[in-house]
Amino acid sequence: MTAGAKAFSQLRLEGVSRRFGGHDALRDLDLTIEAGEFVALLGPSGCGKSTALNCLAGLLPLTAGSIWQDERRIDTLPPERRGFGMVFQNYALFPHMSVRANIAFGLRMRRLPKDEIRRRTDEAVRLVRLEDHAGKLPGQLSGGQQQRVAIARAVVLEPSLVLMDEPLSNLDAKLRLEMRTEIRRLHQSLGLTTVYVTHDQEEALSLADRLVVLREGRVQQIGSPEELHTRPANWHVADFMGYRNLWTMRVREAADGTVAVELDGLRLVGVPVGPVAPGDEVIVAVRPEDVRVDQAGATTNAVPAQIEVVEYQGRELAAEAVTAAGSRVHLRTDQRVAPGDQVTLSIDPQRLLVFPGDAAATRPADPATAVVEEPGLVG
Amino acid sequence: MSVTTRTPTAESAGPPPPARAHWQHRLAERGVDRHLWLLTPALLFVVLLFLYPFFYGLGLSFQPTEGGPFSDYARFFSDAYQRDTIWTTLGLALPAALLNVVASVPIAYRMRGRFRGKRLVTILLVVPITLGTVLTAQGLLNFLGPTGWFNRVLSGLHLTDEPIRLVHNYWGVFFSLVITGFPFAFLLVLSYLSGIDPTLERAAATLGAGWWQRFRMITLPLLMPGLATTFCLTFVLAFSVFPSAVLVGNPAGETRVISIAAYQAAYEQYDYPYASAIAMIMGLIELVVIAVVLFARTRFYTGSTGGKG
Repeated sequence: MTAGAKAFSQLRLEGVSRRFGGHDALRDLDLTIEAGEFVALLGPSGCGKSTALNCLAGLLPLTAGSIWQDERRIDTLPPERRGFGMVFQNYALFPHMSVRANIAFGLRMRRLPKDEIRRRTDEAVRLVRLEDHAGKLPGQLSGGQQQRVAIARAVVLEPSLVLMDEPLSNLDAKLRLEMRTEIRRLHQSLGLTTVYVTHDQEEALSLADRLVVLREGRVQQIGSPEELHTRPANWHVADFMGYRNLWTMRVREAADGTVAVELDGLRLVGVPVGPVAPGDEVIVAVRPEDVRVDQAGATTNAVPAQIEVVEYQGRELAAEAVTAAGSRVHLRTDQRVAPGDQVTLSIDPQRLLVFPGDAAATRPADPATAVVEEPGLVG
Repeated sequence: MSVTTRTPTAESAGPPPPARAHWQHRLAERGVDRHLWLLTPALLFVVLLFLYPFFYGLGLSFQPTEGGPFSDYARFFSDAYQRDTIWTTLGLALPAALLNVVASVPIAYRMRGRFRGKRLVTILLVVPITLGTVLTAQGLLNFLGPTGWFNRVLSGLHLTDEPIRLVHNYWGVFFSLVITGFPFAFLLVLSYLSGIDPTLERAAATLGAGWWQRFRMITLPLLMPGLATTFCLTFVLAFSVFPSAVLVGNPAGETRVISIAAYQAAYEQYDYPYASAIAMIMGLIELVVIAVVLFARTRFYTGSTGGKG
């Protein structure tokens, strides 16, 4: 398939905002999407990622900002005139139409010649490997097959942009992995610019070229999967990206490049991310897989602890340990530890990230964040 | 099969009697639940108040005061004055039911989402249900009568020389049927519409369908079975029209509906078998119309429409 007629080189979102009542669902989203890129909007539920996608699709009017397709302003166009393909979370297949009719729907709306509709529908059916099911109604298909129909229906138009709203969240774990590969394969073979919404960080990391992490309607960080994985911008992003160990500690001393922190006699050394000064309350973040058990010769950040809970996870064990001071440590190890074992945990100072606490982080920012966090305004 | 796998000791003792499941489990397997006895009052109600009178009337209709068992039916169909009540009634009930359904669709379509004041609008649309036919007739007489507001406004504006006759004829009954039937149709259509997943129309929009195409190709086909059912119910309501045909119609002439014929047979001529025969004919005609509509309904998709309805 070739690129659609209305291909663009850049899609720009400028200050896109959406309010519901007095609540900011999305605030000042600035994002430039290059043609062919796979961008994932990532965040916990209620962070504004689906709002952003619906604004892009034209299903939700903006309350401020603009969307530009090169030099053409598109945020004032109705959805049917934007020419974007969209895959919905619940698939939204037309239940009274066959698989083939579902896929052909968009082509029919464009009043294309009959034989072209037939040819392109056949091609799309083959692309998602549903040749044997083309005549069935969506209700007769499995979840994964329905999902493939939804994807085929969106991509058959060769849209300039494909929007996907948590397309895998209704599938079971095995199917989710298969469909993830399928989506990646389709993106690689068709090169369609894609914006993908998900709350699953693993899904986002594995699919996207670039990730946008949202929280409470605001962008927290934009970057490549690797940047987000190794250098989260703040502790909320770290929390979301799998830094399961988050400890509130106090800074003892801060030199350039390293910072020493303390809590109830437990002393650790790590890398500061953002401005921290002695006496500050900070959040210390470590991934479970960066906690080592009984590493020979480990002297810095060595902490004695007792193993409390062990989960078998195949090649590795996931365990929870408690330090003498009572801090809980999540860790992953290939050593055979058992509940009750006394161990020495160690953490590479380069893998121990020290973030400013929330009080410090919001100090220079505008007071609107506090408004968003007020309970009762959500929904 | 199970015998071959059984151990020798068990075989020597002879095959044990097949374990009988508890009678409650066996009944449950056939869909009979012991809590079903709770249905007894309802069942009694149906038998006493519907089935018994119905079969009593059916039996009575075959025992005319003179002639063979079918002579009352023959009498009805051979008398043009009586026979024409069928067409009179259909001529009122079919257009009224159709208008109720067709008018409900755009209003319910507009109102299926959430908006401020939705509850108030719904209440206003549904209030006529609570009024009852007599009050509606009274209102129609006041409003549309020769000296009613409607005609006074028209003549005040010099649009008409003499009052337009809108009561004590076909139109009076027709308006009454629309006023009392519309709320039912509207409520039913609204609930059918909210049973259709709104994401379907959004998906159609992203695929390039304008609002009319979205309605015609997605919503309407999914709504059709519901509209057919709604039509049947409002038709049945309208077909048994009696009070308004008398109060705002012309019961001796153009609105002499079939229920008036039955009433006259029963309470003016005291010919119960004949009245029963007319009632049976009435029921039969309703069944025929409903059968036709429900048959047409099977031609549409009647499965899940994804909504919460």
